Amino acid sequence: MVETAQLSSDAGGINDRVREAISSGKRPTRTILSSLLAVHDELGYLPDEAIRETAAIFDTTINEVWGVASFYTNFRFTPPGRHVVEVCWGPTCHLAGAPALIDSIQHMLRLSGEGDTEDGGVSLKYNTCLGACAQPPVLSIDHHLVGRLTADSAARAVSRVLDGA
Amino acid sequence: MPTYQELKAEADSRWMALVSEKPWIRVGAAMCGQAAGALETLAALKSRLTARGIDANLDAVGCLGLCFAEPIVDILLPGGSRLLFSNAGPDAARRIIDSYVAEGRIPDGNVLGYLGSPVDGAPDLTSLPGMRLQKRIALRNAGHVAPGDAYQYLANGGYSALRRALSVMKPADVIQAVIDSGLRGRGGAAFSTGIKWSFLVRSPGPPKYILCNCEEGDPGAFNDKGILESDPHMLLEGMSLAGYATGATNGIVFIRHGHDGPIDRTEKAIEQAYDLGLLGDDILNTGWSFDVEVSLTGESYVSGEETALMDAVEGKRAMPRFRPPFPAQVGVWGKPTNINNVKTLSYAPSIIADGSESFSEIGVNKSTGTAIICLSGHIRRPGLYEVPMGMTLGEVVNDIGGGVPGGKKLKMLQTGGPLGGLLGAESLNIRLDFDEMRQAGAILGSGGIIVADEDTCAVDMTRVLVAFCQYESCGKCFPCRMGMEHLLEIIERIARFESRPGDAELMRSVGETMEGASLCGHGQLGFGPIRSAFQHFEEDFRMHIDERRCPTGSCLRPALEIRNTRPYAVDFTPAAMPEPAGAANV
Repeated sequence: MVETAQLSSDAGGINDRVREAISSGKRPTRTILSSLLAVHDELGYLPDEAIRETAAIFDTTINEVWGVASFYTNFRFTPPGRHVVEVCWGPTCHLAGAPALIDSIQHMLRLSGEGDTEDGGVSLKYNTCLGACAQPPVLSIDHHLVGRLTADSAARAVSRVLDGA
Repeated sequence: MPTYQELKAEADSRWMALVSEKPWIRVGAAMCGQAAGALETLAALKSRLTARGIDANLDAVGCLGLCFAEPIVDILLPGGSRLLFSNAGPDAARRIIDSYVAEGRIPDGNVLGYLGSPVDGAPDLTSLPGMRLQKRIALRNAGHVAPGDAYQYLANGGYSALRRALSVMKPADVIQAVIDSGLRGRGGAAFSTGIKWSFLVRSPGPPKYILCNCEEGDPGAFNDKGILESDPHMLLEGMSLAGYATGATNGIVFIRHGHDGPIDRTEKAIEQAYDLGLLGDDILNTGWSFDVEVSLTGESYVSGEETALMDAVEGKRAMPRFRPPFPAQVGVWGKPTNINNVKTLSYAPSIIADGSESFSEIGVNKSTGTAIICLSGHIRRPGLYEVPMGMTLGEVVNDIGGGVPGGKKLKMLQTGGPLGGLLGAESLNIRLDFDEMRQAGAILGSGGIIVADEDTCAVDMTRVLVAFCQYESCGKCFPCRMGMEHLLEIIERIARFESRPGDAELMRSVGETMEGASLCGHGQLGFGPIRSAFQHFEEDFRMHIDERRCPTGSCLRPALEIRNTRPYAVDFTPAAMPEPAGAANV
């Protein structure tokens, strides 16, 4: 989409992957936000190179791009675990037992909040609403929604993914 | 490009073939259906059909609204009736193929009801309370047509309103029809849609923009996503009507990143509409042109505020703008812009095709038409229901939703999204009416109603709502940024039984400052949950404050660490960048 000159090619390395994500044209990347979303979709996170590349493309400052990246809570800045688990803490899921569900998953993953497991297997993220409020409590495993859970069935669903089942 | 008559003829003949030649199996696979396992059901159906060598049409459709019964498998046998099965997991799906599709024998269990001519042993679906009390306008095709198939929409009357407008109506006639219908914005502000459109008419163009807001970050609301996943062409037709009426040239559907179902289905519908000459240049060979594209936002609730939304479309931090200038003068990319919610725009095709009266005769007072309600929480039949305005909350909760399960009593209703209010059980006679609800200290907002039973602590519920409002404050204006932080701090210490004397007054003082001084609705309404909770559930608060105990024990659990600061440039020191002098302590 956009000619870039700032980053040197590193043949299949991070710079090339960033540039490829921005220019592959699946969706128009006309803005800072749409470019960052394209990289995030491709890599699962925003490396420093994505911030710099986007700043170069839009002829703006790194601060400006970082301001956008840090605003939207879906962006992360380190490589994610092999699986991404999002748990909903919105009011409906809360009423349906989200706190116990979150406890149970955290206990299983040995996490005390959001974050990545030590072995890099799972990134756990809180979500304000996963959009399936009629099936609470809901979580999403690698973008696949699972609802009507209990603390136990949620932990089982996550462990099945970890076991590669 | 084909004419409307050619498209309609093709659509009708495809529809005839679809309903008469071989079994047509529909599975509700919107986000709620998927969370209930619809994708697994679809896979099971597909492999069983293949294994048994049965030739059938299998469509993933949208949401019929009966989310409690998901996954729903809906089967039309050639020459037969439509029979719907509820809670059909993979095992049930295979049984349904083996007995009903293969042998015409109705299996035990899972039967939800029939549509069309009666089926022995099954109830009439339209007689079930969840369906009977509905009046489906924007959702009339939801769950019935495949969202990815423009011909199915056309066969069911789709694009006839656009054709009517383009062939026999002037733009001013379209606006007058929308004004006469009494349609008010369904995004929360409830302003007259026709009058809003008329503001854009007077602005210079091209380009002029119609923005459709499907940010829908409200927990408890899924109706916008439901429409896009179920019937995206209805929205596209509504946007085209708005474009024709206002002289706009471009439409943008604004959707939250990550909501893949609505995004994929809308993008596919747009592509089809271009292919069929329903979007683009010379639409339906009338010489009128209109373009539509999808724009994605990252996760930020405030990006659903109409001026913040424009900044998000421009790829910036989604923060509200000062008004004036209003979007109709200076909008997205500095050009005149009209912003409507998905539901609002989706009513336009029916209003134009069936006449203003068809809409204005439904409803009550100045709230005409229907309300699209997302019912969730402690309720027997959660779902997506379209009901006439004027219906009471009690009818929605008890007659449609089946009331609170487990023999428990209703304690509270949370309406209008996290910025709306909490209502008590005595509120069930309040009607779905924008103005009546506002007077009662709640808002209809985007149509979410969350039901909570007697085992729910009002302080705990309020804390979750306030945590959401703090987490989503964009940080642009300090009354909201600091106010939400303070309110959360205070409500958390009340929940921890550590309240200090004067906390209630302090919250009111902070809240009233936010109401008066915040830039957008997020801060202005941010005190709403606390005020209404105090009003209706004073006893719960008193217990936490005076007796240091929680009526249900839910406040004994430590709260999640979910504060959010949406930082500007901090902690960012890219390795390869030379660090400017003095930057280390930024």
